[in-house]
Amino acid sequence: MSEVLKIENIYKRFDELVVLEDVSLSVNVGEVIVIIGPSGCGKSTFLRCLNGLEEIQEGKVILDGEVINPVSKSTIKSREKLGMVFQNYDLFPHKTILQNLTLAPGVVQKRKRTETEEEAVNLLKRVGLENKKDNFPRQLSGGQKQRTAIARALIMHPEVLLLDEITAALDPEMVREVLQVVLDLAKEGRTMVIVTHEMEFAKAVADRIIFMDGGKIIEEGKPEDFFKAPKTERAQKFLQSFSY
Amino acid sequence: MFDEKVIAMILEGIRDTLYMTLVSTFIGYVLGLPLGIVLNVTRDEGLKPNKIIYRILDFICNIIRSVPFLILLILLIPFTRLIVGKSYGSTATIVPLVICAAPYIARVVESSLNEVDAGVIEAAKAMGANNFQIITKVLLVEGKTSLLTGVTITTGLLLGYSAMSGTVGGGGLGDIAVRYGYYRWQTDIMVVTVILLIVIFQIIQNIGSRIASALDHRKR
Repeated sequence: MSEVLKIENIYKRFDELVVLEDVSLSVNVGEVIVIIGPSGCGKSTFLRCLNGLEEIQEGKVILDGEVINPVSKSTIKSREKLGMVFQNYDLFPHKTILQNLTLAPGVVQKRKRTETEEEAVNLLKRVGLENKKDNFPRQLSGGQKQRTAIARALIMHPEVLLLDEITAALDPEMVREVLQVVLDLAKEGRTMVIVTHEMEFAKAVADRIIFMDGGKIIEEGKPEDFFKAPKTERAQKFLQSFSY
Repeated sequence: MFDEKVIAMILEGIRDTLYMTLVSTFIGYVLGLPLGIVLNVTRDEGLKPNKIIYRILDFICNIIRSVPFLILLILLIPFTRLIVGKSYGSTATIVPLVICAAPYIARVVESSLNEVDAGVIEAAKAMGANNFQIITKVLLVEGKTSLLTGVTITTGLLLGYSAMSGTVGGGGLGDIAVRYGYYRWQTDIMVVTVILLIVIFQIIQNIGSRIASALDHRKR
């Protein structure tokens, strides 16, 4: 399997606070990596380091052989290869659903409007929102907004999708419709790095589970092994906190 | 008393007032909008934080804004004469109005842009947009409702200031109110000019609010 994203010994500090400590990981094409861990363990920060939204102090993040973090001029251009979906959707409130999708490919990739609109409609069809294309974000439910955000990431043809707790802000009944979209993407062989608190979903979607705590990777392994028999005490404790 | 001469004078006053207000708002924005964008971009949470640039612009804006307009009007007389050639009349008044408005507008623009959700800007960054693209396609677009409210407030403010310039021969309705109402005790003419100023203010406010709410897609 070929490697698309390589994270080499990265350190992230906010002043004195060490958020990430010597974290390394490599992501292969077609692989779905799910990062779990207690709140504040650095998993979201780690994901944000992958496209340079957070700058690292030491180490390197390499995408397709090019350094993307530490942040430089070339980072900006490389970011389009990493689609990101956020916890709070972050759709453009003054743009219609269709315009939310076509803005970035038009502006950043200079693609033609006729082409991007056609693709946008197809993507909206895929996530079941073609009838919402002329609506504004405020008219959509949380689940619909998040599906729009996924489509908006896909239209850039990213090599890797980064999903940052995409169901954390959703009402429980909307979680499934969003996760179903992600499961379908995984089946298609999309490369993804996912941060989530949904353990059942992690089990179902992951090729590899990364368990983080205190800014470090504590354990990694196949989901069936990890969830059945976590090797470290911290992972055991963490998983126990989910059962009643 | 309200003979043809007076009516002609009042009509001219309306024209001059609108001319001063609208032209100074426009030129004020030509200067203030970029300034406001730079303030927003260079602040600590901005797209390209730069303490030195921010502090310098911040300082200049505060200095100008802390000088009362009437004082500014007088202080700027030599400068106005240099640019317009004379220090009285409605065109001359535009100079101090613009100088007064630009830093005010910069502040209004800055705070409008500061309101744009940081998450949306981050999303644009994550898609590979550069700072220029983010400013033109996201910041200004998502901030447009608030920016437009700012235009309305500024226009109203400059309408009032243009009237104030009447005390030093600025032209327009304020000038008429001062000359006839204050120097000649012709209260009726003063009342008419004040009513006209109120009406103009209401019209500006109304148009501004309507456009702003028509452009707002955020709430129902």
